Amino acid sequence: MTFDEKYFDVGRLDRLSYQSTCVHQLDPRAKVVATVLFLFTVISFPKYEVGGLIPFFLFPVLLMTMGEIPFLFVVKKVLFVSPFAIFIGIFNPLLDTGTVAVIAGMPISAGWISFVSIILKFSLTISAAILLVATTSFPGVCHALRQLGFPSLFTSQLLFLYRYLFVLMEEAMRIIRARDMRAFGTRGTGIKVFVRLIGILFLRTVDRAERVYYAMLSRGFQGDMPSLRKSRIAMTDMAFMATMITFLVVFRFFPVTEEVGRFTQELFR
Amino acid sequence: MSHHIVEFQDVHFSYPDGTIALNGLSFKIFHGESVGIVGANGAGKSTLLMHMNGYLHPASGRIHVGDFQLDSRTCQEIRKKVGLVFQNPDDQLFMPTVYEDVAFGPLNLGVSPELVKESVDQALATVGCTALKDKPPHHLSSGQKSAVAIAAVIAMHPDILVMDEPASNLDPKSRRKLINLLKCFEHTKIIASHDLDLILDVCRRCILIREGRVAADGPTKELLSDKALLEENNLELPLSMQKCGA
Amino acid sequence: MHMADALLSPAVGATFWAGTIAVSGYASKKLKEQIDDKLIPLMGVLGAFIFAAQMINFTIPGTGSSGHLGGGMILAIILGPYAAFLVMASVLTVQALFFADGGLLALGCNIWNLGFYPCFLVYPLIYKPLVGGGKNPGRILVVSLLSAVVALQLGAFSVVIATLLSGKSELPFGAFVLLMQPIHLAIGIVEGFVTAGVINYVRSTRSEILESSAATISLGPAVSLKKVLITFAVLAAITGGALSWFASTHPDGLEWSIERVTGKDELPGQEQGIAPLLKGIQEKTAFLPDYGFKQAGKASKKGEPPPAWPGIEGGTSASGIIGAVIVLGMIVLIGMGIRAVRRRQNEQ
Ligand SMILES: Nc1ncnc2c1ncn2[C@@H]1O[C@H](COP(=O)(O)OP(=O)(O)OP(=O)(O)O)[C@@H](O)[C@H]1O
Ligand SMILES: [Mg+2]
Repeated sequence: MTFDEKYFDVGRLDRLSYQSTCVHQLDPRAKVVATVLFLFTVISFPKYEVGGLIPFFLFPVLLMTMGEIPFLFVVKKVLFVSPFAIFIGIFNPLLDTGTVAVIAGMPISAGWISFVSIILKFSLTISAAILLVATTSFPGVCHALRQLGFPSLFTSQLLFLYRYLFVLMEEAMRIIRARDMRAFGTRGTGIKVFVRLIGILFLRTVDRAERVYYAMLSRGFQGDMPSLRKSRIAMTDMAFMATMITFLVVFRFFPVTEEVGRFTQELFR
Repeated sequence: MSHHIVEFQDVHFSYPDGTIALNGLSFKIFHGESVGIVGANGAGKSTLLMHMNGYLHPASGRIHVGDFQLDSRTCQEIRKKVGLVFQNPDDQLFMPTVYEDVAFGPLNLGVSPELVKESVDQALATVGCTALKDKPPHHLSSGQKSAVAIAAVIAMHPDILVMDEPASNLDPKSRRKLINLLKCFEHTKIIASHDLDLILDVCRRCILIREGRVAADGPTKELLSDKALLEENNLELPLSMQKCGA
Repeated sequence: MHMADALLSPAVGATFWAGTIAVSGYASKKLKEQIDDKLIPLMGVLGAFIFAAQMINFTIPGTGSSGHLGGGMILAIILGPYAAFLVMASVLTVQALFFADGGLLALGCNIWNLGFYPCFLVYPLIYKPLVGGGKNPGRILVVSLLSAVVALQLGAFSVVIATLLSGKSELPFGAFVLLMQPIHLAIGIVEGFVTAGVINYVRSTRSEILESSAATISLGPAVSLKKVLITFAVLAAITGGALSWFASTHPDGLEWSIERVTGKDELPGQEQGIAPLLKGIQEKTAFLPDYGFKQAGKASKKGEPPPAWPGIEGGTSASGIIGAVIVLGMIVLIGMGIRAVRRRQNEQ
């Protein structure tokens, strides 16, 4: 992806996170905790599990539809993400060749099954992470982290990072456009020019930090970031958590997929 | 009786790299005045404004704001009196949402949450940005950002409003709105700008700075119609004056 | 290279998170003691800077391929280890959330790999002692190269270990190391050049920045504490790793332990009920596996198929596949249904 594409992509995700659907209105803490539980449940499945993972797609699908997050947007994000898991996982079919199943006459090796399992886990975990911001907003996640006991120093500067992310991305984008306009192919895009650009961006950033600090002082900043946010866990949040936990426990410990399959087979026997 | 509220006495200042930015600057500003600060690029306007709030300390000379002489002990008090609106609103709006940003000042002053809410709502209403309350600053247009930056300052009820280039990013309509807004403030106002028409509209008195010194000080109408003086300082007659002349 | 959720086992993921949280807490505490208010906005804005800078690609000389900045070393040099670690953690958090780089469980591991090593090992043990007064550009270049290479090698090795301990990948240790370390050697060299370039540029134009920031945060009195912390962290990583080895290696974790205990390769009824889970947790700390890294996979695979895959006989696997298709179909239908309802609501 080029810089512009990445920038617009982040911007779009950010905008989606400021909608006000029922999912967006849930308490951020509930969503953070639910996501973490979801992730742990998904990766706790053993290496060769495929069927048991399928029902878990219900979670991202519900978030996407109830939260009005465009399906294709999430799919694209999942596809474009750094492919490390796939890159490593693809070795499984090559190395783990014992045949474990024959489907429609085709022998399937254990490696393929564990690879499919990695792909499924990959899609589930990545989409869950994206949907968490897309339905909670970044500041929401930060406040949730703060309330869940993360150090305030960490969350305050995380909020600063978020606030200046867009400002600096725009600044970087202007610098890059200026570079590419005069780079003619790859000649101006080498490491020397890059270092200079980064250096300039860095100095501007430090000056900006100084001005931001002045702005904070001028409004009485004395070392603590005050917050007005006081969220109370509502009934809907409790209900959400309860559903979520039931969902996770049921799908984790009962072979739902297989039962459905067996039931269908019985039905058509 | 009008008492002076800001006084600079022979203030000198140079940046760490040796650039002399203020070089014997002196003036007095009285309660309720609206003063424009004009001058060429690099004349020292921004540096001067940074002194009013104690971000920069003079190398020599004295600065009084209200009853205090500015030094590192009094600058907390002085910052409560002086509301500084920065040249670039992105530097000033540092909280994740508009509402939190405007509330930042009052909360730091230790105001109770109900009163904070009241003054935030009031400040946002004054600048006409109530609807933007829950937006993050990076989703706002430049004009909206400037307006919110002003709201963030007036929510602290300062005695003196100090602004650096308030209209630099605004389209003509937003600029007009800003001018009308500034005109109806009763605060003491100090505005540094290259937009001489804005100064002419809003400020009755004008101080011209050259190379870190006061080059001229007087009623805006007189000062800004002195073509020779203006040209000497890289400035031009305000558009409205040009029309009058022709 | 970012570690990914899909390759992690819960035990390994949790161990790295525990380490990361412990170090973050420690770093925050340290910073709070000596903090200069100015640091909070500086850290945040510099985090945004690193994030933006990472998005800029440049051409790597001689290869034509493009690289980008990591930033851990630059941050450590400018902010000192405590603040740099927190900033790196924030940058990676934003990446995990906005770009889904890696994922949220792997985030602990990624913060550890890209934050802990450069900030708490390489900076105090290599960069700081070797760079001297930090006035000589040539020396800065050499030391930065060395630091960046070491930091990235450590990080890459850590990814290998985490992946192997998690047991989701079949890659044998040797091959994995051969795959990861050379790539990261190249990345490390580029990172070293960029780090030195930026530091030298800043030093030549605005040296006061470097002097005011890193120098003020002294490492002096904290060193012994840090050693303790590092030892503790390394121990935690090793024990955590060892634990997760039981939990999740071939042939898969829990089932495997249960199988060892019950002596059967198929469990009666539901193989994944709560009782065996608890039993498994109890068992896995009770004995050691009697074979090592590589044989584990081989031994279990060559002869009989891995017992963890339940549907080896025709009947089960067929119902598994049918079930998967139906469940997936139902989820799609549910999704489309909700979407249709929403759309109708919105139109009204
Ligand atoms: N951070 C800095 N470090 C060193 N020199 C500076 C710094 N900021 C400003 N200067 C110098 O100080 C002098 C006064 O600058 P100042 O920003 O006050 O001018 P200004 O009147 O606000 O100009 P403009 O109209 O362009 O905003 C200039 O010569 C400028 O180069
Ligand atoms: Mg200026």
